[in-house]
Amino acid sequence: MTAEIGQFALVLALCVAVVQATLPMIGAARDNAAWMALARPSAVMQFALIAISFAALTEAYLVSDFSVLNVAQNSHSAKPLLYKISGVWGNHEGSLLLWILILTLFGALVALFGTNLPPGLSARVLSVQALIGIGFLLFVLLTSNPFARLDPAPLDGNGLNPLLQDPGLAFHPPFLYLGYVGLSVTFSFAVAALIEGRVDPAWARWVRPWTLAAWAFLTAGIALGSYWAYYELGWGGWWFWDPVENASFMPWLAATALLHSAIVVEKRDALKSWTILLAILAFSLSLLGTFLVRSGVLNSVHAFATDPTRGVFILGFLVVVIGGSLALYAFRAPALKPGGLFAPISREGGLILNNLLLSTACATVLIGTLYPLFLDAVTGQKVSVGPPFFNATFIPLMVPLIAALAIGPMLAWKRGDLAGALGRLKAAAVLTAIAVGVAWWLLADGPILALLGMALVVWLGVGSVVEFAGRLKLGRTSAADSWRRAVNLPRAAYGMTIAHLGVAAMVLGITVSEAWQTEVQQIVRPGDRVTVSDYEFTFEGAESLPGPNYMSLVGTFTVTRDGEPVTVLQPETRSYPNPPMQTTEAAIRTTLGGDLYAVIGEPDGNGGYAARLYDKPLVGWIWIGSLMMMLGGFVSLTDRRHRVGAPARARMPADGVLAGAGD
Amino acid sequence: MAQSDNTVDAAPKLNTARRLVLATVPLAVAAVIGLFLYRGLSLDPGQIPSALINKPAPDFSLSAVQGRALGLSTDDLTGEVSLVNVFASWCVACRAEHPLFTELGRQGVVTIHGLNYKDRPQDAAEWLERFGDPYTRTGADIDGRVGIEFGVYGVPETFVVDKNGVIVEKIIGPVTPHILKEKLLPLIAELKR
Repeated sequence: MTAEIGQFALVLALCVAVVQATLPMIGAARDNAAWMALARPSAVMQFALIAISFAALTEAYLVSDFSVLNVAQNSHSAKPLLYKISGVWGNHEGSLLLWILILTLFGALVALFGTNLPPGLSARVLSVQALIGIGFLLFVLLTSNPFARLDPAPLDGNGLNPLLQDPGLAFHPPFLYLGYVGLSVTFSFAVAALIEGRVDPAWARWVRPWTLAAWAFLTAGIALGSYWAYYELGWGGWWFWDPVENASFMPWLAATALLHSAIVVEKRDALKSWTILLAILAFSLSLLGTFLVRSGVLNSVHAFATDPTRGVFILGFLVVVIGGSLALYAFRAPALKPGGLFAPISREGGLILNNLLLSTACATVLIGTLYPLFLDAVTGQKVSVGPPFFNATFIPLMVPLIAALAIGPMLAWKRGDLAGALGRLKAAAVLTAIAVGVAWWLLADGPILALLGMALVVWLGVGSVVEFAGRLKLGRTSAADSWRRAVNLPRAAYGMTIAHLGVAAMVLGITVSEAWQTEVQQIVRPGDRVTVSDYEFTFEGAESLPGPNYMSLVGTFTVTRDGEPVTVLQPETRSYPNPPMQTTEAAIRTTLGGDLYAVIGEPDGNGGYAARLYDKPLVGWIWIGSLMMMLGGFVSLTDRRHRVGAPARARMPADGVLAGAGD
Repeated sequence: MAQSDNTVDAAPKLNTARRLVLATVPLAVAAVIGLFLYRGLSLDPGQIPSALINKPAPDFSLSAVQGRALGLSTDDLTGEVSLVNVFASWCVACRAEHPLFTELGRQGVVTIHGLNYKDRPQDAAEWLERFGDPYTRTGADIDGRVGIEFGVYGVPETFVVDKNGVIVEKIIGPVTPHILKEKLLPLIAELKR
């Protein structure tokens, strides 16, 4: 019965979405206040209906109702509670429902908190949001019904893919979707602005918090996914340039660019047409990611079960949404009024450089991801594009981006003083030179890239601190005055500094863990001692143990350093019966200084086990850096100007200690 | 640094026609990508072309899996249409596709031979006893040498061989009911004519 309620709620939500997509849009065109006013209650109603539907599916999972096909295929009565819940979105149909749930949640939030939006803009934004909702609801109802029944019901379910039975992966999709779908709001704002033919700083002030929130969630989602790959796939790597990873990384790059270009629109009323385009592209790339993951056009380790009819449907939807919005852009963008003037060396100029590099990087990832498909379609040749391509193209784009990242925030709006900015970075330059020297001394024959990486870390780290100290006039005024400045500094300034330092922390983690990593792969027998950099791993043996719904082979390594005990590592290999599959659970000892990482593999039949042991210095900083970036996003989000009820339009911001220093 | 004379406009004042063309570029790029994606839907990235298609099966001769009488060699592949299924007891996907082959063998639709790839003799024998033995002949490729000749890419793989001993088709990965119905059965029927 609950399954039918869930399905019925979905159909009702579709009806509400149709009303919400049409009447307010027409009302806005005809200036009919009553029709426009329909948008808000419909948005809230739509969310309520989808929430009912989602609750119905969750209930089916919780009580293990195997008469529901989706539950029978993806759950199992012996599964722990957490994975019964995460199983709801651990499959194609359920994850789409989660997508829609978040989409309508954001729609409802715009409706509830957007009361100070001009009525026309608000109606149009919610209409576009509902149009996206219609597409997804049709997709679910026509091709991927999560509530389809199974008769007769099986005694037990097939179980969830064991790789997904992991706390990291339980929360990875919701965060990622919060990011993807958050971009739908900026998309709706962009399309509404194109229809209205007006983009102004007030518009940008509305778009920025949504972009910030979406970007911060996307950052968290990608970081979680990468950390999951690090400890679960057992290869010691944390990023594989897999098509599905790229599918989430492209919207992130576009959103990062959008985040920065929206600042220019807000502060200087310039770059409007470009910002609109970025908003459209960021969401388009999210949709493209959905298509790539679910249509089976690309090979990937974590593609969903694929079905050609679904592929055709999503592609059709992509054509309507992306084609439609870009056609609207082609038609309306030339009419947008160009904005303020500025010199090439200025804050605006720096942000344009940032946008150029980020969007080029995004295009590079797009080409690398789709190239196998292009080649197959044209010549029938099969290739895969892997890390060598991405390392060779992506890193050269990131180097100038990070180098410029230290300088950009020091330039003034309109016309900056490059010599002055570089002068303030003297200390950073000296420390950078010292860091390169030390790195060179430590790593005599090391890769040049490692030296470059260390240089960038120190340059950006010190540069960000100097910039922040400059805002407080630290040392140039009394301590009390500096404190007053620190208190009055806009939150967005704190956010920026935290996020930029996060970038430095991340580059530090990547560089050091790649350049100074030690890896040993060998067959170990009980009592064997293996030296990994400064550590000695002693293999104590392995035993089979039962888990809640799997059998586990647990190996034990005691680790010592100079004879002193450090830790005991117990890597596992789990064999799941439902569905039959093996997973590796790496044993990791994490400290701020680095990780010790052990993986145990197949027995060789003669009492030995294949083992991989790593010492990865500073690797955790990759994720600490991502967390700092996310935190920076949220801190910035609490800025006074982004809060609900901020002064509406046409007031040039005059906050902050330095004029316009907020970002 | 910057003089007022080199100040640039944020959105340079291009003439209307040029701005219109520029604004259409994203749409054009998206359309091209869309065409490729559409084409991609009908392509299978898992389908890897085999150099052996339309070539005679390689020369080999293997003794049978432990406890079985009939071994497998090149000569056994001529005279009738046959399937050569590469399997191993350590391969999980083989277990998934195996019921299809036992069913196919029971119905007598086509002769199926098993090429046991890099397996221990007793493991292979136990596996066949446990999950059923649909194979007319089996070959124990213990060191994987014959697998290399066949260009085995991953287990399971299934080769379709015609009456003249020529390899006509190769399926990489487990055979699903869909592949069997849409691809293998029509192909076998056609070859038998």
